[in-house]
Amino acid sequence: MSDRKRGPRPGFVLEVDRSTPPTLFWHGEGFRLEKLPVGSRVIYAPEPLDAIADPRGAIRHALANPIGDSEPLDALLFSGMKLTIAFDDISLPLPPMERPDIRQMIIEEVLELAARKGVDDVHLIAALALHRRMTEDELRHAVGDRVYDAFAPSGALYNHDAEDPDAMVMLGETRHGEAVQFSKRAADSDLLVYVNINLVAMNGGWKSTATGLAGYAGIRHHHNVDTLRASKSIMDKDKSKFHDINWRMGTVIREAGVKIFQIESTMNNDAFPGSLAFLQKREWEWTARDRATFVAVSKTLDRLPARSRRSIFHSTKAPHKMTSVQAGEVEAVHEKTIAQVHRQQLVRVEGQTDILTMGLPYIGPYNVNSIMNPILVMCLGLGYFFNLYRNKPLVREGGVLIMSHPTPWEFHPVHHPSYIDFFEQVLSVSTDPKVIERDFEKQFAEDEWYRHLYRTSYAYHGVHPFYMWYWGSHALEHLGRVIIVGGDVKSVRRLGFQPASTMRDALEMASDVVGRNPTLTHIHNPPIFLSEVV
Amino acid sequence: MKALVFERDVPRFAAAKVLAKLAPARAHRAGPLRLDEHHAEPALPGPEWQRIRPRVAGICGSDLATVQGTSSRYFEPIVSFPFVPGHEVVADTADGQRVVLEPVLGCVTRNISPACTWCASGQLGRCEHLTFGNLRPGLQSGFCCDTGGGWSTGMIAHRSQLHAVPDELTDEDAVMIEPMACCVHAALSPGLLGGTAGGAIAAVIGAGTIGALTIRAITALNPVTHLVVAARHPEQVALARSFGAHTVVDPSALARTVRRITGSMAIGDGDIERLTGGADVVFDCVGTEESIAQALSVVRPGGRVVLVGMPATVSIDLTPLWHREVALVGAYAYGTEPALGGRRTFELAIELAPGLGRLVSATYPLHDHSLAFDHALNAGRRGATKICFDLRKEKQR
Repeated sequence: MSDRKRGPRPGFVLEVDRSTPPTLFWHGEGFRLEKLPVGSRVIYAPEPLDAIADPRGAIRHALANPIGDSEPLDALLFSGMKLTIAFDDISLPLPPMERPDIRQMIIEEVLELAARKGVDDVHLIAALALHRRMTEDELRHAVGDRVYDAFAPSGALYNHDAEDPDAMVMLGETRHGEAVQFSKRAADSDLLVYVNINLVAMNGGWKSTATGLAGYAGIRHHHNVDTLRASKSIMDKDKSKFHDINWRMGTVIREAGVKIFQIESTMNNDAFPGSLAFLQKREWEWTARDRATFVAVSKTLDRLPARSRRSIFHSTKAPHKMTSVQAGEVEAVHEKTIAQVHRQQLVRVEGQTDILTMGLPYIGPYNVNSIMNPILVMCLGLGYFFNLYRNKPLVREGGVLIMSHPTPWEFHPVHHPSYIDFFEQVLSVSTDPKVIERDFEKQFAEDEWYRHLYRTSYAYHGVHPFYMWYWGSHALEHLGRVIIVGGDVKSVRRLGFQPASTMRDALEMASDVVGRNPTLTHIHNPPIFLSEVV
Repeated sequence: MKALVFERDVPRFAAAKVLAKLAPARAHRAGPLRLDEHHAEPALPGPEWQRIRPRVAGICGSDLATVQGTSSRYFEPIVSFPFVPGHEVVADTADGQRVVLEPVLGCVTRNISPACTWCASGQLGRCEHLTFGNLRPGLQSGFCCDTGGGWSTGMIAHRSQLHAVPDELTDEDAVMIEPMACCVHAALSPGLLGGTAGGAIAAVIGAGTIGALTIRAITALNPVTHLVVAARHPEQVALARSFGAHTVVDPSALARTVRRITGSMAIGDGDIERLTGGADVVFDCVGTEESIAQALSVVRPGGRVVLVGMPATVSIDLTPLWHREVALVGAYAYGTEPALGGRRTFELAIELAPGLGRLVSATYPLHDHSLAFDHALNAGRRGATKICFDLRKEKQR
């Protein structure tokens, strides 16, 4: 009650003392409570921002009042035009949000305007780049039943297919010689409306279209080891080579005559529904009810087989709410979006740490309704959580990262077929991103079976596991050691990391690298936050 | 002389066979193999025969199958009891020369003239007279009651069976020559595979002694564009890599690996039910029902599966063999190699022998034969490759 009066609290850095209760660590589809050493820091996310009271009204306002060099949407629509609406895929948001999804609300408003203007050549494309195709249920969840039923049966709502030679076009090259490959339908349209949900600072901007509607020929120019090692971090556009290249590609797209009306939205970090609301709280503020719920949930999960635990978590939808929506010219829109992301997520942290700890949850961008396989564990920890910083990494160069996750040697064969081969056949040879990139990437990227499964089934593209590994390449280069607590020993070793059965063991192992009196910082994520390390 | 003797003892043979299913590690203890401290030395069948004193004698997969009672009944009429096993033998001649035994008993050793077509062409392993002539049945020394075998302090050998061991080879190197020759023959049996440029893709299943030596033979004598190996144990993985295998994976990952490397398509939605293509040649160096079926599942249409490891009675669905027109062929022993201009297999094996002694993981005296068999039966799991008997310190030599 008092919370509402005073408004959401900002992020917080706790210094652990003797009275601090154990800290909650996510551990896949479960949790661990860890007593961290006295003097450790625990970083908590800012509390969820207040939602926009009338999201549809806000969307209509954004469409009518664009920012940057753009006319209002209804002025860009005309009868007889070719309109394409592309939208973010299943990887956003995390966890998937309760209905109605923000995409649905925005798309319905765009279609309403288009209908009024007599636009009847409309295509809706899930801009999934090299991700897996979305199923009918997933598309329905994203765009709503009304939109799905109106467009999917006639083939006007579909998944982007980056391997369809007839559906892709080369728009040119950047001044650095990077090929810009694009959806032909989007390029041929009189207007491309992009509908984005910005979960983290990496999302949105030119990445939406330059990556989301591209294929391997274009994406390989920024999804590579050199680029990602030079992106410090990928969550900070101004210090990210990855974003530089996407922005250069954006210039080519614009100069090729593709007219884009970008709609970006942000959401609060209210990630867990009522039954799991204790996950949003700081441990010392848990009520008796929270503690009882935690014990009940933990015990129930412990008794369930992995498949059931996974099913329970993946059926959980987040009560995220929209905090902003802006539309118009890509770069102007994105600048405002990033400010909104920072408003929700930024936490100021003073100084780096010797040891960074994190508990990895059951979900990341690439295992929605799927299995968090070991490669995705690596990517979530080293690719995403490690990179959730501005200025400098939370952990010092040569420091130790300790992650908590069961890391089972388990893969979803339909979603991740090339991951299985990457794990069994590539990581058994080398874990060095440069070696892997040089010796294996092209073959996986051009493998006909993976292509077939990507195009006709629900498989991530053959090259995708490489990108997961590259995502962690900055962290791999930066860190002195990576330890996984409670992980499958064989899996952890295959990743090139060290297994530890307890946090105490992990700290003991870390002392080989950082000495006996290290500083330790834990990121209490999710809910997601972005550390501003000063 | 001192010898391990294998007798025709049906009840003990049956007991070993039963135990081989229930408690494989103990089966050999129940079998009809015994240590005889005073075994009679075999008589010399003719002037071209001589006595040799084994120094080191290996235990091979076929020997293990014999002592465990799991070998095929196919062999019954082509062996003679009681026999002293041991056909991988490095020995001393009476005049002190170190020799390695080429154990196949062909027409020449049996004093049969004219020799059969195969022996005449140097392909001794295919001899049509293996139960005839002046020796009792026995496909090789070590399976014939007239010749003795290497698991003893003395045996006999025909002049044509002996190859001088070069001084630079250790006894351990030399005892690997016979299995190396088997693998050279297997590696060359499909003909030359086209070298490293645009040639064949081959797979080897198993990386125990036979698998490892087959890899060595392929990379040395019949290179391929890509050699994939299925190896179960860490030491086997390392060995396969050291012998030049391009890709080494767990057997469970073989189909996926072959698919990826050959660029084959697969039936199955992410999981692989079946490949539509596959490797040009698959060498099965295990010889079990599972390994042969696996070989058939990863070979391309029109490809060739070479059985290098000795199989026994197996039950396999041959539909893929019929449907994909796959050749399933054996590779037994050695002789001469048409693919390399008719050179003798043993000569090639001797050339490849330097350094192979590192595969000899442990040696045992004859009286510790049970320990030796335990070790050999669990070689992979225990990080071992080849287990041998060391006769050099036996008093009766």
